[in-house]
Amino acid sequence: MQHLTYLAVLLACLLGTAPLEFALQARVYGRWRRAAAAILPVAAVFVLWDYRATAAGWWWFDDRYLIGVFLGPLPLEELMFFLVIPICGLLTFEAVRRLKPRWAPAATDVQVRR
Amino acid sequence: MIGAYTAAALAAITAAVLMDLVVLRTGLLRTRLFWASYAIVVFFQLIVNGILTGLGIVQYDPDVIIGVRLAFAPIEDLGFGFGLVTLTLVGWTRLGRRVVASAERA
Repeated sequence: MQHLTYLAVLLACLLGTAPLEFALQARVYGRWRRAAAAILPVAAVFVLWDYRATAAGWWWFDDRYLIGVFLGPLPLEELMFFLVIPICGLLTFEAVRRLKPRWAPAATDVQVRR
Repeated sequence: MIGAYTAAALAAITAAVLMDLVVLRTGLLRTRLFWASYAIVVFFQLIVNGILTGLGIVQYDPDVIIGVRLAFAPIEDLGFGFGLVTLTLVGWTRLGRRVVASAERA
């Protein structure tokens, strides 16, 4: 079970924020193409950095907490991290926007005003 | 000599600020919406990072960090996280604008 720890942390993040999609109509998964277009380029840069940092030994991962699937030096969980955290960030951002529409000036997202 | 992760964290913050205010001009950093959202994100980030670093799932070479820790995690994680989340929100916002612009042309 210990091997599932890192994965469980990520799944907890996804499960914890999932209600925002429906209850607060954050509509991030519902606009998955736009979400992917926002997340993937940023994730690519961070993964590249992470790859180099891990290869250089600046940080490393304890195998006892990993499922054991690796892509090069990076555990699968670490790659997922750069998708999961931005998804959680987007859901939070859109949920706050729904709750507090006045906090978002029209200039930050015209789409909402239409 | 500044640590490699310290430098990367500062670069991530700088990149996010420049993209928002200068390059894509989304102006999120001037909105209450962004800072309220980020306050929520950073609260949970401290918990998640605290678990990852507290258990030792991720461990750091002391030479690449400045050595200041918050809830077990190196302070650099905050900069790295800020860059990751802010750049994503900036891209998301910019893409949303483009949808409207093309709709208006039609």
